[in-house]
Amino acid sequence: METIERNREALKGGEFLIRESEASDIFTPEEFSEEQRMMADSSRTFVDREVHPHADRMDALEEGFMESLLDKAGELGMLGVSVPEEYGGLGMNFNTSMLLADVIGAGGSFCTAFGAQTGIGTLPILYYGTEEQKQKYLPKLATGEYKASYCLTEPDAGSDANSGKTKAVLSADGKTYHITGQKMWITNAGFADIFIVFARIEDDKNLTAFIVEKGFGNITMNEEEKKMGIKGSSTRQVFFNETPVPVENMLAGRGEGFKIAVNILNIGRLKLGAGVIGGCKYVISQAAQYANERKQFGQSIGNFGAIKYKLAQMSARTYAIESACYRAGEDVDNKVKDLKAKGMEDAEAKLKGIEQFAIEAAILKVHGSEVLDYVVDEGVQIYGGMGFSADAPMERAYRDARISRIYEGTNEINRMLLVGMLLRRSIKGELDIFEHAKAVGEELMGVPSFETPDDSEFFAKEKAVLKNMKKAVLMTLGKAALTFKENINDEQEILMAIADMIIETYVAESTILRTEKLVGVRGEEACRGQIEMSRLYLNYAVEILATKGREAISSFATSDEMRVMLMGLKRFTKIDPINMRDTRREIANITLAKSEYAFDI
Amino acid sequence: MKILVCISHVPDTTSKIKFSDNALDTNGMSFVIGPYDDYALARAVELKESHKATVTAINVGKSDTEPTIRKALAIGADDAIRVDAEPIDAFFVATQIAEIAKSENYDLILMGREASDYNGGQVHGMVAEMLDMQAIVPCMTLDIDGNTATMTREIEGGKEIITCDLPFVAGCQEPIAEWKIPNMRGIMMARKKPLKVVEAVQPEVLIETKSYELPPARSNCKMFTSDDMASLVRALKEEAKVI
Ligand SMILES: Cc1cc2nc3c(=O)[nH]c(=O)nc-3n(C[C@H](O)[C@H](O)[C@H](O)COP(=O)(O)OP(=O)(O)OC[C@H]3O[C@@H](n4cnc5c(N)ncnc54)[C@H](O)[C@@H]3O)c2cc1C
Repeated sequence: METIERNREALKGGEFLIRESEASDIFTPEEFSEEQRMMADSSRTFVDREVHPHADRMDALEEGFMESLLDKAGELGMLGVSVPEEYGGLGMNFNTSMLLADVIGAGGSFCTAFGAQTGIGTLPILYYGTEEQKQKYLPKLATGEYKASYCLTEPDAGSDANSGKTKAVLSADGKTYHITGQKMWITNAGFADIFIVFARIEDDKNLTAFIVEKGFGNITMNEEEKKMGIKGSSTRQVFFNETPVPVENMLAGRGEGFKIAVNILNIGRLKLGAGVIGGCKYVISQAAQYANERKQFGQSIGNFGAIKYKLAQMSARTYAIESACYRAGEDVDNKVKDLKAKGMEDAEAKLKGIEQFAIEAAILKVHGSEVLDYVVDEGVQIYGGMGFSADAPMERAYRDARISRIYEGTNEINRMLLVGMLLRRSIKGELDIFEHAKAVGEELMGVPSFETPDDSEFFAKEKAVLKNMKKAVLMTLGKAALTFKENINDEQEILMAIADMIIETYVAESTILRTEKLVGVRGEEACRGQIEMSRLYLNYAVEILATKGREAISSFATSDEMRVMLMGLKRFTKIDPINMRDTRREIANITLAKSEYAFDI
Repeated sequence: MKILVCISHVPDTTSKIKFSDNALDTNGMSFVIGPYDDYALARAVELKESHKATVTAINVGKSDTEPTIRKALAIGADDAIRVDAEPIDAFFVATQIAEIAKSENYDLILMGREASDYNGGQVHGMVAEMLDMQAIVPCMTLDIDGNTATMTREIEGGKEIITCDLPFVAGCQEPIAEWKIPNMRGIMMARKKPLKVVEAVQPEVLIETKSYELPPARSNCKMFTSDDMASLVRALKEEAKVI
C-alpha cells in the first residue's frame, strides 16, 4: 500500500482527545513495506515451525529448550531488530519492532522470554548505557549469546516498584558495589547471563540500576515458579548476596533507576499491546476452523448466530487494537525522527519519543491485554468441551493470556496512570484539556446543535460520533478534576471509569481512521469487512462510554450538575443504530469463509 | 561453482483456489516460492557456504513475482534474474531458462521436482534436453566432490544412489535440505542485491488453455451400520451409481 505523506504537525501524546485527526495523519499496518512484511513472515514461520509444534516441551520447561529457541531467534536476527547496526543489530524503527512483537505474540511462553530478552533485558543498556557498556553487551544480546533478565520486582515491592529493599553498598576503595537483596518473578532468570538489577544506594529516594553478570558470583535462585500460564517461560526468585558489581556497571546515574524502570515499562506496554495481536489472530483462526468443522444438530456450529456473534466480536476487537497499536508506533517513530532532526542524539530521541506517548502506551497495554482475554475466553467457548481440554490449543492460549493484565504494570495501575498523566500534562500546560473541557461545558448550556453531518463524505456520521465521544470524556474528566483537584488520585473508581472512556475513544478513532484510509486505497467493496468491523466497534465503544460515563458522573456530581451532565452524556453518546445482527453475521461469514482471521494486513 | 536455482511463484499452499474470467482469481491470495524449489534453494545456499558457490535465482514472471524473488535473495541467493513474461507453460519456461543458461555456464541447475501450482514436473527435463545435459529427478540428497555429484533418490522398495558429472539439471525434493527461514539481515540485504530483468524469447506456443474448472465438491460421507447392507447396496447403485 502506498504511504500517504502526512501534511500536518504530528499529534502530541494524549492530544488525540482535543484534536481531530484525519485518516492521512495515521499510519495503518497495511502500509508496512515488503521488507517489514518479510521480517514478519520469517518470524511467523519461526513461531509455526519452532515454537508451536514443541509447545509441550517448552511448557514442561525442558532443560535448555527455551535457550535454544532464543539462540535460533538470535541466528535469524530477531533479537537485534531494535539494536542499532553499530552494535550488531538491524537498527529498524520502532514500528517494525512492534510488528515483530505482534507476530511473536502467537508464541505463548516464547513471547514472554523474547520480550524479556529484547525489551526489558536489552533496552536499558541501549538507552542508558555508556558507550563501553553498549559495546560490551549489546552485540551479544542481539545475537542471543547473552540471555538477559530484568530484576525490579521484590516480594514487598510490586506495583510500588520504587519501594524495593535491595541494597547496593559501595566498597571502601570506591571500585565495587555489593548488591544484596531478593528479587521475585524474574523472567528468564533460569538461564540469564545478564541481570538488570535495581537497588538502592544508602537511603536514596530513588533506585539505581546496574548491569550484573552472572559470572560476578553470589547469585542464587529459587526453583521455577509454578504458574497458571506461560509455563514455559522461566520465572524465578533471584537472590543477590553481596554480589560484587564494578562501579562502571552502574546504568545512568545514581538514583536514576526508577526513571529507567518507568521508561522501559512504557516501551514494554506499547509492545505488549502489539504482542496480543498475533495471539488473537491465532486464536480466531483456530476458532474459525473449528466452527467450520464441528457439527451439531446436523450443521457446522459456525452456522449458529451465537457463534457468529463471537467470531465477529473477536475479529472486530482485534482489528481495533491493531489499528491503535500501529498508529501509536508510528507516532513514536515520527517523534523520534523530529527530535533527531533537531539534533538530539539517537538514544535520547528514542526515549523522549516513547515518553511522549506514555499515555498511549498505557492505553494499548490495558486494552490489548483485555482484548486478548476476551478472545481466548470466547475461543474456549467456541471449542465447547474441547476448549477445556489440554489436547486442544485453546486451553493453553487461555492460560497464557492471563498474565498480560498483570505484568508491565497491572491494568489498574495503568488505568490510573494514564488519567494521571493527562491531568499532569494539562496542569503543566502541555495539553489544554481544561480549556477544551470548559468549552464543552459551555456547549452543554447552549442549545444543542441540530447540524447533521455531510452524508456524502465517507464515515462522516462516524466521525461526528467520535467528536462527541471526546466531548463526553472531556466533560467527565474536566468536572472530576475540578471537583477533586489534587485529591483526585484517591478517587480510583472514577479514574478507572474515565480511563475506560479515554481508552475506547482512542481505539475507536484509530479504527475508523484506519478503515477510512484503507478504503481510500482499496475502495469500499474490498473493505466491506473492515467497514463493518469499524462500525461495530464504534457502537460498542460508545456503549462503554455511556456506561462508564454514568458510573463516573453519578459517583461525584451534585444533583443539579448530574442532571446536566447525564443529559450531556446522552447527547454525546448518541449514535444511529446499525443492524448489529447483520453486521456481525457479515463479519463472521467472511471469517468462516476463510477459515481464519480474515482481515490480516 | 555456479548454481542456477529456478524459482516458481505459486499460491501459498493453503490458498483456496478460485477462478474468475477463465483465469486464476488471485484476489487476496498470497504467493510463495514453490515448496520444492524452496528445497532446491536451501541446498544451493548450503553449497554456497560449503563449496564457495555463487547462487543465482531465476524466475519467469511479470513484476508481481519480484517479492518472491527477493525472498530467494533474502534466503541467500547472490543475485537474481527475472525473465519478464507470463510463464505460459513448461516449454515456454524451459526455453527461457535454457536461453539464459546457455551463455552462463552454470555447473548446476537446480529446481523443485515440480511447481505446486500446475504440478507439471516437466521443466527440468526440458531444460536438460535443450542444454544437452542430464536431468536427475527426484533428487533427494546431493553432495558434490570435485566435478562429480552424488545423489540419492527413493525408488520402489529401496534407494538409488547416482553419480553424475557436472553440469546437470536436478529436480529436487525433501530431504535434500531443510527449508530456510530468511533471516532479518538477509531480508535487509536482499534489497541491495542485483535483480536483473531480461526480455523473454518468444518460442512457439504449444499449449492453449481452454478453460478451468474446480474438482466437484466432495459430497458428504454417509454412514451405514453393518446390519444394513441392503441400504448400502442400494445407495451404491442408485445414488453413487457405481455398481
Ligand atoms: C509471570 C510473571 C513474570 C514477571 N516478570 C517480571 C520480570 O521479569 N521482572 C520484574 O521485575 N517483574 C516481573 N514480574 C512482576 C510483575 O511486574 C508484578 O507482579 C506486577 O508489577 C504486580 O506486582 P505484584 O505482583 O506485587 O502485585 P501487587 O502490587 O501486590 O498488586 C496486587 C493487586 O493490587 C492492585 N494494586 C496495587 N497497588 C495499587 C494501587 N496503588 N491502587 C490500586 N490498586 C493497586 C494491583 O493492580 C493488583 O490487582 C513478573 C510477574 C509475573 C507473574
